[in-house]
Amino acid sequence: MSAIAAVGLSRTFGDVLAVDGMDLTVEEGELFSLLGPNGAGKTTTIRMLCCLLRPTSGTATIMGHDIQTDPVAVKRVIAVSPQETAIAEHLNAWENLSLMAGLHGFGKERVKRRSGELLEMMALTERAKEQARKYSGGMKRRLSIAMALVSDPKVLFLDEPTIGLDPQSRRGMWEHMEALKGDTTIVLTTHYLEEADTLADRVAVIDEGKVVALGTPSQLKEGISGTPVTVVEAAHLTDDALAALRQNYSEVRRTEAGVEIEAVDVALYDIEDCLRPIGITVDSIYRKQVTLDDVFLHLTGKQLRE
Amino acid sequence: MRYAQLATRNLKTIWRDPLSLGLTVALPAVLLVVLQALGGVDTFFTATVLAPGIALFGFVMLMFSTAMALSRDRESALFSRLLTAPLRSNDFVAGYSLPYVPVAIAQGVGIFAIGAFFDLEIKGSVILVALVLLAMAVFYIALGMILGATLDVAPISGAYAVILLLTIFGGAWVDLEAIGGVFRSAAAAFPFAHALDAVRAVMIDGAGFADIATDFSWVVAYTVGAVALAILLFRRKMAE
Repeated sequence: MSAIAAVGLSRTFGDVLAVDGMDLTVEEGELFSLLGPNGAGKTTTIRMLCCLLRPTSGTATIMGHDIQTDPVAVKRVIAVSPQETAIAEHLNAWENLSLMAGLHGFGKERVKRRSGELLEMMALTERAKEQARKYSGGMKRRLSIAMALVSDPKVLFLDEPTIGLDPQSRRGMWEHMEALKGDTTIVLTTHYLEEADTLADRVAVIDEGKVVALGTPSQLKEGISGTPVTVVEAAHLTDDALAALRQNYSEVRRTEAGVEIEAVDVALYDIEDCLRPIGITVDSIYRKQVTLDDVFLHLTGKQLRE
Repeated sequence: MRYAQLATRNLKTIWRDPLSLGLTVALPAVLLVVLQALGGVDTFFTATVLAPGIALFGFVMLMFSTAMALSRDRESALFSRLLTAPLRSNDFVAGYSLPYVPVAIAQGVGIFAIGAFFDLEIKGSVILVALVLLAMAVFYIALGMILGATLDVAPISGAYAVILLLTIFGGAWVDLEAIGGVFRSAAAAFPFAHALDAVRAVMIDGAGFADIATDFSWVVAYTVGAVALAILLFRRKMAE
């Protein structure tokens, strides 16, 4: 049984088609990432899968439960960490975690053990008994994420989970997601490409409410690997230098740090040999790795951060 | 019993705002002291006649608090998170409304305890008085749920003013018998006048349940209707 199976899932808001006939299958234990720019339909998709929005057409099942006919059964097996910080400000961290665990029907002992683990993981133990309204933004964010984890959900929806986290907490969150993989199905939306690249088993690239590509990060990147790009970083690159390079290579683009050369069989020492006679010292030369941003650009003509 | 988790959270939120809680509980009792002092020889402005109306005024404050708390929550991401928990619409209504019931009881006890210092008298059954007022408290709280589930924070003040005026001109601080006519007939379409007539009949005339059955039925019908509407609205809110 698939953890998530969506068929023709669509949602309109007035005349705007936010999600357009989306078909998705996520296997149990998989970490599945939805990648796309703002307004692509990622959050609307998640809201429908979490029974917060009724689809205009199509449907989906979560662990075999239909989101439209059996939403309470769906809600028993899911948890969500919304984009915004979602905590009860007048409760302390313990009480916030107990609230969510209690709503999922957990007993006191289990709540205590799991809450203790999560408070430790999110570095909140020391101030766990202070009301959350007194926390810093980062602490509130960490508590919000912990509230999604406390019920040990079978399917976990993480909508931009690491926005607002410091690098150390982000790293901790990544480690926790890695640890959850296999036991918990995770649907992750993120703006951090390296997050999807590093963590996701599969990535669905979404644009204008549609899945435009689906595969592992490697498959997606291999799919667009065309002519290799060599990046040359050099200070004070003159027009003479550019002209010299263009005599040897047809595709030379100026960048902030130097140039990018799109050509096969570029020997790195050839570039240095070309620039040295006109007094240009090369700071670094390397082959550009294809990123998921390149994949998105290739598929849609847009950049993810647009 | 999942609603109990939500009710506990909301009760803690109320408890941890002692200034608002103190004002909500104490203000009606203070108002009773002031109004009965202003009344002088007017028989309407005695503690016994005023106390039920001031109790309703206190419940209007509770309605406002309920509506504001729910509306504020609705605008927060926490509410989205709560909506993804395995709760039914009646769990939500119970979780948000039950915490205000003890506050309503505290208000009522405060008003009647202060009234006792000013010759407040209950000739009939205290339990009957409490029953009618409790039903009205639930009605106002359910009304707060309806407002909180449908309105943003800003327009709630306007709705509060309307309900306050309906309560006042429903006989809380206006002698409907003295005005009479169309005004009295219009007031009879709402539960406020019925609740006040019932409570005053028990307190002043020593009326029994049979005597107030018709008025009490109006109150119960409005209360059940308001709770049902609140549940229905929540059901719609849960999957838009």
